[in-house]
Amino acid sequence: MNCQRMESQLIAYLDGLASAHERREVDQHLAACAACRARVEEFRGVWKLLEEVPAPEPSAWFDARLRQRIAAQPPPALWSRLAGWLPQPRLALASLALIAVGFWAASAPRPSLPAPAAMNEQEEFRMIKNMQVLENYEVLKDLDAVNELQGN
Amino acid sequence: MVRSDVQLMLGVKQGDEASFELLLQRYRRPLCHFLNRMVRDAAQAEDLAQEVFLRVYRARREYEPSAKFTTWLFRIATNLALNSLRDGRHRQAEVSLDAPAEGQDGSEMTLDVPDGAPMVEQELVERDRVAVVRRAIFALPEKQRAAVLLHKYQELDYDEIARILGCSVSALKSLLFRAYEALRVELAPLVAPEASKGGPGGTTEGKQP
Repeated sequence: MNCQRMESQLIAYLDGLASAHERREVDQHLAACAACRARVEEFRGVWKLLEEVPAPEPSAWFDARLRQRIAAQPPPALWSRLAGWLPQPRLALASLALIAVGFWAASAPRPSLPAPAAMNEQEEFRMIKNMQVLENYEVLKDLDAVNELQGN
Repeated sequence: MVRSDVQLMLGVKQGDEASFELLLQRYRRPLCHFLNRMVRDAAQAEDLAQEVFLRVYRARREYEPSAKFTTWLFRIATNLALNSLRDGRHRQAEVSLDAPAEGQDGSEMTLDVPDGAPMVEQELVERDRVAVVRRAIFALPEKQRAAVLLHKYQELDYDEIARILGCSVSALKSLLFRAYEALRVELAPLVAPEASKGGPGGTTEGKQP
C-alpha cells in the first residue's frame, strides 16, 4: 500500500465498509505515513463540516403546484391506455408485433437479388473500379513485398 | 406495515393516487435538499424536484421494478440538475456575476463562478462557516458534487451512486476521493482545528454498514 492507492481505498475505509483485508492494508499504511494520517483526520473534519450545512425545506405550496402541473398534463396516448388495461402489456405488445412481422414477411415480395453468375461484365467492371486497393495498385506495385510476391 | 418504494410505485402504476402521495411524502424533502445543493437556487431546485415527480408520474404505466426506486429517482434528478446547470451557464453571460441574490434562508448568495479565490478572513467566523462550506461544495465539478451529495447527504450505497452517475464503483470511489480532497484543501482553515482535536492514529470507524 502506498499513498496513491489510498485514493481507491480511503472512502470505503472511512465509511467502515472496507473488507477486513483492505482495512488492515490501510491501517498498516497509516501507521507508517503521517501525511495520510493527517488526511484521514481532515477528511473526517470535512464530513463533520458538511453535516453542519442545512438545506432549505420544500415550500408549503410544493404539493399544490405539483398537482397543478400533473393536471395540466395531456391525457396519455391511446396505445399507452390500452397497454394499461392489458394484464401483461409487454407480452401482448410483443405478440402483436410478432404477428405483424409474420404477416409482413409472408406478404412482402421477395427482393430480387442478382445471382453472382448473372452479373454482367459492365457491373463487374464497375465493382472492380470501386475497390480502393486496386485504385492504389501503382502504390502497391512499388512495395518490395509485392514485387517479391510477384517474383515467386 | 410500511410498503416499500417498489410496492408503492406498482400501486401508482395501477392508478392508485394514494401510493403516489406516499412516495411524494417520502421523497419530497430529500429530493429538494439534493437539488438545492446541486443548483443552489431554492426556486429552481423546487421546480426541478416537481419535474422529477412529474416524470415519475408520466412514466408510471411503463414502470418495471428492475432497479431500486431511489436509483431511478435520483438518476432523473441528477440528469435534470446537470441539464439545468448547463442551460444556466448559457444564460449566465447575460446576468451580472456580482448581482446578489437572496437565498431562501435569507442569506445573501452571489452568483459567483468557482474561481478558487482565497477566502477572506471574515468569512471564517462561525456565522459564515455554513456559507463557506456551501460555496466550497458548489465550486466542485458537477459530477463530483453530485457524488458527494448522494454519498454524504442521501447516504446511498456505492453501487447505487455509481448507477446514478453512470460509472463503475471503483471510478466512483476515486471521484469521491478527489472531491473530498478538493474540499479538504478548500476548507483547510475550518478543518484544521477539528483535526488537532482528533486523537492520534486515526483508526476510529466512520459510519457502520
